[in-house]
Amino acid sequence: MQIRLRLFASLRELTQWDDQWFEIPADQLTLAELRNQLSARGEAWSAALDPSRAIRGAINQSMAKDTDIVRDGDEVAFFPPVTGG
Amino acid sequence: MTFRVQIQTEPFDVGQSLKALRTRPDGTWDTRVGAVASFVGTVRDLNEGDRVSRLVLEHYPGMTESSIQAILEEASNRWPIFNALVIHRIGPLAPADEIVFVGVTSAHREAALEACAFVMDFLKSKAPFWKKESIPDGDRWVEARDKDEQALKRWQD
Repeated sequence: MQIRLRLFASLRELTQWDDQWFEIPADQLTLAELRNQLSARGEAWSAALDPSRAIRGAINQSMAKDTDIVRDGDEVAFFPPVTGG
Repeated sequence: MTFRVQIQTEPFDVGQSLKALRTRPDGTWDTRVGAVASFVGTVRDLNEGDRVSRLVLEHYPGMTESSIQAILEEASNRWPIFNALVIHRIGPLAPADEIVFVGVTSAHREAALEACAFVMDFLKSKAPFWKKESIPDGDRWVEARDKDEQALKRWQD
């Protein structure tokens, strides 16, 4: 399946990944499984998505939980805890 | 009810924003309004003990607007508010620059003041913005604070 993968702030800087479509060899998976798969893409990715880091995820622009399902065509984003205002 | 969210690089005018909040679409005064509460956040020159010379704000276009709209909807479910306006700046900012404006109108002050504080507390923890600050040692991403998360607890009934 294909997802639109977006990374923000320090995650974007570490991986040099901003906003692109991404091919995953699965029909669907959880947000946590996706994070694990992305961590295996190399040193920068494992540093950015390290389990010890508090990372938030969103599916189709809504905050998502680790157990939420990612499906073909979804827009998925990972980012650090927010610091606006 | 009109709930407006503006994300912009340009500065905003607080006086004009307050006036817009209590003006009807046809340009006449919204005479139902008895209270206008607002909050303005500005760039501080000190963070975690370091001098801050510059701030760059990044956000998630689309999700930012929808998440703030959802916060305004929630505020209107809790308090009898008429209009609300949130302006948040992005891009490079300097100390003393205005970053965020939250304004709410209601018939009475309690609703306006509480709704304004509620919107600001939720914006801090739920709206997808990230700050990077320049300090003497270089640039660093601002870390989220526990106290911002704690601030949400007072709104849980």
